[in-house]
Amino acid sequence: MSRVANSPRSPFIAPAWITVASIVGLVSALIGDGVFDVVSWLIFAALIGLSVRAWITRDRKR
Amino acid sequence: MQRSTLKAWFLVHKWTSLVCTAFLLLLCLTGLPLVFWEEIGHLTGADPEVAPAAAGAQPQNLDDLVNQALARYPGDVPLFLGWDDHSPSVYVNTGARPDTPPPEMHTAILHQYTGEVLPAPQFNEGVMYFIYRLHTDVFVGLPGMLFLGAMALLFAVAIVSGVVLYGPFMRKLPFGTVRTGRSRRLAWLDLHNVLGIVTLGWAFVVGITGAINTLAKPLEQAWQTQQLGEFAKRYEGRSRPTQFASLDDAVAKARAAEPGMKPAFVSFPGTGYSGDHHYGVFMNGDTPLTERLYRPVLIDVETGEITARPQLPGYMTTLLLSQPLHFGDYGGMPLKILWALLDLLTIAVLVSGLYLWFKRGSTEARVTEIERAGLVADAGAAR
Repeated sequence: MSRVANSPRSPFIAPAWITVASIVGLVSALIGDGVFDVVSWLIFAALIGLSVRAWITRDRKR
Repeated sequence: MQRSTLKAWFLVHKWTSLVCTAFLLLLCLTGLPLVFWEEIGHLTGADPEVAPAAAGAQPQNLDDLVNQALARYPGDVPLFLGWDDHSPSVYVNTGARPDTPPPEMHTAILHQYTGEVLPAPQFNEGVMYFIYRLHTDVFVGLPGMLFLGAMALLFAVAIVSGVVLYGPFMRKLPFGTVRTGRSRRLAWLDLHNVLGIVTLGWAFVVGITGAINTLAKPLEQAWQTQQLGEFAKRYEGRSRPTQFASLDDAVAKARAAEPGMKPAFVSFPGTGYSGDHHYGVFMNGDTPLTERLYRPVLIDVETGEITARPQLPGYMTTLLLSQPLHFGDYGGMPLKILWALLDLLTIAVLVSGLYLWFKRGSTEARVTEIERAGLVADAGAAR
């Protein structure tokens, strides 16, 4: 299956979501403890998970 | 996007990145251990282990604690006294004169309840302080801080221009594409894009708040001149007092005046934080947000009476809030670990950017590559 997609979706959708999530993660732990900290941890762990996923699913085709 | 516009953004990204990359690498590498400064301090013995207070014990008189600290450094004057949030201890900074700068200060750490002077190295010595100075001012004071602030702003411009270029390059590729089977340059470029976008929001905020932190000294001076200057005018023509009213009583009055808050630190007259005639008792709250937002209570050192409880100006609040967002020390150990991992990913973005510059080819070829949405055959690239 080709990795190339002719998707009509804007390439900026992912960066926009990541930026919003990062801001929520940064502010969450600042405004409270407990669940607010957990929200922050989950968001940043998910972002790092995206990098790991990109590497695991990398395209090795020549 | 027109080719000329794309080329302009490419050049902005290339040059802003190139200029700041070496300094950003320095900041990322030195920032990594600084995230764990407290933990490293405990492991290496730089931060003393403090026994808990005995049941029913009362804190020692603050004036006695200050006198104990002064006895260790004869000839010094008191500068600051502060409370440790995590243990029943206080630190007392002293120096040869009231405006002694931090690198020349002496510090004594004392048990708040027993008055015992705890064995601890000076905060302005050792490997971690060396790393801290490299990270904040490269040992040249304010010019170094402002220079690193300018590098942080260039980094922010590099991030924005990188996002602009990411759009056309990725318009026919799914998010997270990493192609390692073609050329080494293409693999590094895809990695640079993925990691750059994943760290986008975090790196932008940490960069901007870092730039704001480099303005700490000028902002503090502006605050001292403007707000504290108003109070200082009332004392014009009077010399700095040599006999001070009780610090313990002053702090008790500040506690009574701000019942929902606790004292974080006290500045002595002449240190620049409370004029020449006042103790500045800086109160804070106990939530992650309010513990960063100080409320100064100014107490006349001669009469021991409260003179004013000014609200910090907006720029000081911005500065204080930018500190946790830069240091990542407000969400427990998991956030510190994630902060360090994001720092490592940012190092990978910088290193991959450098690699791409070394393998750059012509600007026209790179702009064409972006125009063709990253699907162009990677001619010119060396494996």
